[in-house]
Amino acid sequence: MTPAAPRPGPLRLVLGLTIAALAVPVLAGLWGTVTPALKPGALAALWDWPGLFPAARLSLVTGIGSTVVALAITLLILAGLRGTRAYAALIRLLSPLLSVPHAAAALGLAFLITPSGWIARALSPWATGWDTPPDLLLVNDPAGLALTFGLIAKEVPFLMLMALAALPQTDAARRITLAETLGYSRAMGFALTVLPALYRQLRLPVYAVLAYAMTTVDMAQILGPTLPPTLSVQITLWMTDPDLSGRPLAAAGALLQLALVIAALGFWRGAEVAARRTLRHLAEQGHRGAGLDRLAVALATLGAGTTTAALLAGLAGLALWSLAGLWPFPDILPEAYSLQTWTRAGPGVWQATAATAGLGLATALIALALVLGCLEAEQRFALRAGRTRLILWLPLLVPQIAFLPGLHALALATGTGGWAATLAAHLTFSLPYAFLSLAPAFRALDPRLAPLAASLGASPDRIFWTLRLPLLARPVLTAAAVAFAVSVGQYLPTLLMGGGRIETLTTEAVALSSGGNRRLIGAHALLQMALPALAFALATGLPALAFRRRRGMAP
Amino acid sequence: MTAGLQIADLCVAHGPRQMVRLTADIAPGEVLTIMGPSGSGKSTLLAALTGTLDPAFQASGRITLNGREVTRLPTRQRRIGILFQDALLFPHLSVGGNLGFALPRGAPDRTARIDRALAEAGLAGFAPRDPATLSGGERARVALMRTLLADPEALLLDEPFSRLDAALRDQIRSFVLETARRHGLPVILVTHDGEDARAAGGSILSPMGAPVPAS
Repeated sequence: MTPAAPRPGPLRLVLGLTIAALAVPVLAGLWGTVTPALKPGALAALWDWPGLFPAARLSLVTGIGSTVVALAITLLILAGLRGTRAYAALIRLLSPLLSVPHAAAALGLAFLITPSGWIARALSPWATGWDTPPDLLLVNDPAGLALTFGLIAKEVPFLMLMALAALPQTDAARRITLAETLGYSRAMGFALTVLPALYRQLRLPVYAVLAYAMTTVDMAQILGPTLPPTLSVQITLWMTDPDLSGRPLAAAGALLQLALVIAALGFWRGAEVAARRTLRHLAEQGHRGAGLDRLAVALATLGAGTTTAALLAGLAGLALWSLAGLWPFPDILPEAYSLQTWTRAGPGVWQATAATAGLGLATALIALALVLGCLEAEQRFALRAGRTRLILWLPLLVPQIAFLPGLHALALATGTGGWAATLAAHLTFSLPYAFLSLAPAFRALDPRLAPLAASLGASPDRIFWTLRLPLLARPVLTAAAVAFAVSVGQYLPTLLMGGGRIETLTTEAVALSSGGNRRLIGAHALLQMALPALAFALATGLPALAFRRRRGMAP
Repeated sequence: MTAGLQIADLCVAHGPRQMVRLTADIAPGEVLTIMGPSGSGKSTLLAALTGTLDPAFQASGRITLNGREVTRLPTRQRRIGILFQDALLFPHLSVGGNLGFALPRGAPDRTARIDRALAEAGLAGFAPRDPATLSGGERARVALMRTLLADPEALLLDEPFSRLDAALRDQIRSFVLETARRHGLPVILVTHDGEDARAAGGSILSPMGAPVPAS
């Protein structure tokens, strides 16, 4: 005799709400974008815009280029550095680097490579002969190199984290050892025996990176070219233009942007097939790749070292500028330090901090409740992840710039703009990351615990509240911190859904970036980084404090 | 030149704990069995022989293979093949692809050599098969042929029979041991199973070099 099937109840509702929170904004937004774009005149007006081809080309070249290099660096790190001390150090840096908002990372890099930045200062005047900052276009260069570098630096930690989650399922260590006993170099063994299985798990994250890199607005606004800017930045300019005549143009641009992303994904898919064939051919023909190890180690060290060092130095530069008094070129350090920036920044910066933290907290709480509900439902009703996985990735694969304009128009038309709409948009983007962060730990929890507790008479609810939740305190709080960090980093949803009236640290930092006040930019970017850092510190510290007398709960 | 695998005072320690202390001379076609409970240093010994020892271990001693000292060579240059507990066939390659992976690059008549190896294992015509469709015994035999196609000079067996059920076990064990003997390979068999040790027929030592009775 089998027990009666559990009643669906509130958990089913949570499942439905989560799917709605993920899919409805994206689909409604796409519909709201496509309809005005297809109205007569919109596409023709876009065609007549002289910047169209350069902007579209920039989007393709920076997006595909940065994704290729970021993926290559990630794979080289895995192939060449695994098991070394540098690798262990890099792994420890991953989560902090990942929690740095895109805008802050971009601003830090801009400070680093600008003609008056740290690199130029370090080389001047002894190597360059410069006594004043040279008149060079190092940031916002027309080819988009600075933007490409920024995207690479920010995407490597994300791809690394996704790869680390997938690696245990590929039996990497034993496969590489086996390949080595058959005469293969480690790098070739990795490429031929581990990569095919690993890439299957890495595919969706890579697609998300590609879609993001092609369409980012905040990073492109800070690091990218200006005349013309990337297509996504131009769409944002049309969208936020007080003169409403830019709206049809923006919709048409968004539609084109979506088409470009789909085309790029199709091209990528083709490249995947070719790469898989090549690898299989190399494996069947027994190419040992004898000299590859040294090359892989060198390239991995170069790639990981440059991107990590640039990110860290850029962030340190931001902090320093916010505390700098007089800091003439080419001095490496300021002549004087002062708190003036912080005291003079006035209430504005604190209001922005409060708005950012408030939105982040609300997003994190709702996201956590939904994610926990979904995972608990999955356990109780023995649901299979299967197709829902794709819904989870929907907001990460469909570019923000392609559906937020439509969503914004719908919000305006129905009068639902402002805080609630902004919160909903933040939720859409935070949910997938919170889910991806919590799901592995939740699913890995000892499967014998629940039946054991049930045999002792515990109800499913009691098992959840008194066993699962406390046992998973750390990953649960980390997932909340992830959702919080994603919300803090959101630029376009805040700008568009808030109708320009909601000022967060991120929108302020990006708005300031075109001006020259480095001290104020530094202060905003620093706070923007500090909020997620604080959230992650709490997520690690609180469970450690609560379970300090339980050695079995140590991470 | 001395043929076979010579291990001269191979010592491996993890901090203060001595895990392996072994001296052995294994002639071509002979089997040395290393027996001991789990955690007794069996896998540490295999890692030292293949050159995949974690840097946290301290190792000393000499390993010589057909007169060639391999102690400090990287894994891929040692020519010591290994069979693991499970067959570890690569799921993205066909059976033939798995065997091709082991054949040296540029070896002539790849297809013919793969077909011959499959025939030797009683698996003629299996080349295009998906490894996932093979039975446990078939997988074990393919794994052995893959190891042999790389032309190793010694063979390590890391409890390769422990996952097979009793009936299959005897059959695969004698197939592996006979094939290794026919190819003239010195073999080290690591096991915790007395039956395996008796069937191998050679001497039986613990990882610390102490003789182990075969009962």
